[in-house]
Amino acid sequence: MLTGSVIVLASFVYVGLLFALAYYGDKRADAGRSIIANPYIYALSLAVYCTSWTFYGSVGRAATSGIGFLPIYLGPTLMAVLWWYVLLKMIRISKANRITSIADFVASRYGKSQLLGGLVTVIAVIGIVPYISLQLKAVSNSFSIILKYPVITAPDSQAAIPLLADNTFYIALLLATFTILFGTRHLDASERHEGLVAAIAFESLVKLLAFIAVGVYATYVLFDGFGDIFSSAAEYPQLAGLLGFGGGSINYTSWASLTFLSMLAIMFLPRQFQIAVVENVDERHLHKAVWLFPLYMLAINIFVLPITFAGLMLFPAGNVDTDTIVLTLPIAQQQSTLTLIVFIGGLSAATGMVIVETIALSTMVCNNLVMPLLLRLNVLHLHERADLSALIVGIRRGAIVGVLMLGYAYFRLAGEAYALVSIGLISFAAVAQFAPAILGGMFWRGATRLGAIGGLSAGFLIWAYTLLLPSFAKSGWLPLAFVDNGLFGIALLKPLELFGLTGLDDITHSLFWSMFFNIGAYLAISLVTTPSVAEQIQANLFVDARRAPGLTRMETLRGDASINELITLVGRFLGQRRARDAFAAYAREHGARSGKELGPDADLIHFAETLLAGAIGAGSAHVVVASIVQEEPLGIDKVMNILDETSQVLAYSRQLEQQSRELEVATAGLRSANQRLQELDRLKDDFISTVTHELRTPLTSIRAFSEILHDNPALDLAQREKFLGIITRESERLTRLINQVLDLAKLESGAAEWHTDALDLREVIEDAIAATSELFRERDVRITTKLLPGLRLVSADRDRLMQVMLNLLSNAVKFCPPRDGRVTVTLSEIAHALRVDVVDNGIGITQENQQIMFEKFRQVGDTLTDKPQGTGLGLPICRQIISHFGGRLWVASEGGAGAIFSFTLPLDNAPIASALPAVAAAPG
Amino acid sequence: MSARILIADDEPNIVLSLEFLMRQSGYLVQTAADGDEALRCVGEFQPDLILLDIMLPRKNGFEVCHAIRENPLCNNIKVVMLTARGREAEVSKGYALGADAYITKPFATRDLLASVRRLLEK
Repeated sequence: MLTGSVIVLASFVYVGLLFALAYYGDKRADAGRSIIANPYIYALSLAVYCTSWTFYGSVGRAATSGIGFLPIYLGPTLMAVLWWYVLLKMIRISKANRITSIADFVASRYGKSQLLGGLVTVIAVIGIVPYISLQLKAVSNSFSIILKYPVITAPDSQAAIPLLADNTFYIALLLATFTILFGTRHLDASERHEGLVAAIAFESLVKLLAFIAVGVYATYVLFDGFGDIFSSAAEYPQLAGLLGFGGGSINYTSWASLTFLSMLAIMFLPRQFQIAVVENVDERHLHKAVWLFPLYMLAINIFVLPITFAGLMLFPAGNVDTDTIVLTLPIAQQQSTLTLIVFIGGLSAATGMVIVETIALSTMVCNNLVMPLLLRLNVLHLHERADLSALIVGIRRGAIVGVLMLGYAYFRLAGEAYALVSIGLISFAAVAQFAPAILGGMFWRGATRLGAIGGLSAGFLIWAYTLLLPSFAKSGWLPLAFVDNGLFGIALLKPLELFGLTGLDDITHSLFWSMFFNIGAYLAISLVTTPSVAEQIQANLFVDARRAPGLTRMETLRGDASINELITLVGRFLGQRRARDAFAAYAREHGARSGKELGPDADLIHFAETLLAGAIGAGSAHVVVASIVQEEPLGIDKVMNILDETSQVLAYSRQLEQQSRELEVATAGLRSANQRLQELDRLKDDFISTVTHELRTPLTSIRAFSEILHDNPALDLAQREKFLGIITRESERLTRLINQVLDLAKLESGAAEWHTDALDLREVIEDAIAATSELFRERDVRITTKLLPGLRLVSADRDRLMQVMLNLLSNAVKFCPPRDGRVTVTLSEIAHALRVDVVDNGIGITQENQQIMFEKFRQVGDTLTDKPQGTGLGLPICRQIISHFGGRLWVASEGGAGAIFSFTLPLDNAPIASALPAVAAAPG
Repeated sequence: MSARILIADDEPNIVLSLEFLMRQSGYLVQTAADGDEALRCVGEFQPDLILLDIMLPRKNGFEVCHAIRENPLCNNIKVVMLTARGREAEVSKGYALGADAYITKPFATRDLLASVRRLLEK
């Protein structure tokens, strides 16, 4: 028994199955093993063309007009013959230009015009939303009918039901949810949906099998085959009329126009474009689709008439809506399983269409309407955002919900009105308006953006005026007066008999006039306007798309162009003389005496283009040559534009080169800095290692003697004192070393504290001599001073200068011969500086050692005495101090004749020191 | 007969302490303050063991060790390297050049004596 819960459950299970299939398809696509990469899936997915309007509506249409339902399927079948050429080209163009929707296609062709993209989007939304309503209505009707099973009823009137009790509302929400899940599952907002295509193909299979199931049941169970059903029908007088051509309201004109209309619909319905072009995996699938798709059309139509006649004979009273015969037939026979299958088939047809159409529309709304506006308004600072994918997916999801809610709103509004019933064809007529701009754009280079805008606008306005508004009027939303009497009472403006054209049905009439104005405006405006450079480039891309790469040579430019024109043209870019020389050389190569004798053949034109390409780039060259070959005078402004673009490219390229050079320099700088750092690092390691060595040496003596004293308590007193003395001296050495290391570290790192004063250098020297007088006495060294009085003050740190003087004096003492030692200290003024010399009469210092003695820990051995008692840091510290005050410290020595340590300190503008009497000599 | 030990170091106080320690243990001792002198002493004094500082003036300890090992007459001399630098690379270099032991300054006198004794017993 079919209860509500069983039906709802079956529906959910079915939709869940679809989702699982889509999910699996996406997973496989992610793994690189596409399940849709075969022509059968592609052909099946194309059958998204067959909506619930086909599933339920064909029978309904056949019930009133006999074979008149057929043009809608005849058109696509005819069009399929042209697919290998037209659709293939569309696919190639779209792949090459990364086109995501039909709006994108049009916008891209005409110089990437955002205005055109928006216009196509608006037309598509207005034309298609009612069509989506129709699907919602079909699902809703079939649901309310099957709920009453086995009672046969007419569907409920929608207006009576409050929103929240309306199951159509929930169906719309559910479809929105599934569309979002199907269509925007990926956060990367890519336009391909492999899983979705798999699900759509599956749905196509389900609706076909469901429909055939009813057909077989009607033909072979209720009746005895095709022959029986048709001969039975012929006995009913009211059915006999449906059996032949011209039955009902259909005449041959209508036949032709409907066939033509559906030929365009199969190409330009957004969902068809989505499936056939955007979702196409491999263009070779077209080869099979070209015959598989018509086969599908045949299969789904073959039982339309048998079902119609069976239904009409079964319900002769006419109390059943003929649009519902497919469903009510099995209900009347109490075939619950078949009923459920039919319901699912209808559900498939409706949901497939709604999902794909909504995705296609939402892509257009997002990419061609919302994003351009957002980018233009710039309120969101989109240019600064790194990742827009989340925003795009958000917009797209919003658009999906928006489109479906619009569809639902229209459904609520229109209800049973005329506007909804006839909307399928009205939608077809709307998308047919895209045909001139798209087909023209693919084959005619001269088509311009303004032409496309004019044609589309004109066609759309006529369509709205002759089809949409009258359908509104017939639904009672607009006064019927303008339909009956024409706008403002002008008879020529009657929407259904525009300019007095009568004798056609509404669709044919509208199609005629809209196409007339569409194509007319498109051609006329294109002819009087000139395309921009961007448009020309796009036009070439689109028109040449079918040609394989490499063959894009100038076949298309095989026009009349005189040799003079070509030389002049090339000369504008290369200079006249160079151009003439180049053509003359070309002529000689081709056996002509001068350029004048050459015929303007394709080779010559190609030669000219190649010449130009060297100067202005291949794209621009093509445009320039194309313009002259088509005998279109090349305006000076256009030439300037091209030159401008070329110079911009050149400037950019120069800029890149410059940046590249700068980068190289920076890299070299970094490399040498790194080397310096490594060198410094090595020096630091060496320093630490040396310091460690210097610290361990005194420690070794201290420890050794400590242990000796400890282990030998019986040592005699003299030896004990000697060893203890060593321990004390080595400890002092250790302390000194540590202090100097720290001192030097501070000086080098710049962390030392300086107390700079204006100093009288003479005073400092005298103090230092006084402080070392004991040392001089001990060693019996005589010291003499020659200190100029009244010199100016230097600014320096007194303690630091003392440190330097003490170091130099004690060094001098150390190197003096033990008995006859003499040290002389002089202070004099040289240019802008004071100079101090400390002269000894020691053994002197070799040239080599004069350099290294200022390096850390490089003690120059005094071979006369023991190992030097210094730390090897004294002189480096002195040099640091002197150079801190801007002075210089150096040594001069003639081998064997003593050494002179000298330093200078720069004079600032300090006052002259008080003239004190010089201390002539301090006895040693 | 007592073993003969050559002490080669340029730090007088360290030489003094080593000399005291070795004599106290009953060895015959000679000292050298640089590399050249050390090699001269090796020829004249013919030590059984040399306590060899690495940072010697004129010829460093590595060079002295190398020269000793190159000379077939000196094959039996034990070489104990002494150094205030404890880098791994120097330790391996010492052993590669044929040193028998490697002692880092400052050392424990007992350890030094034990090493010397052990080497001489071999």
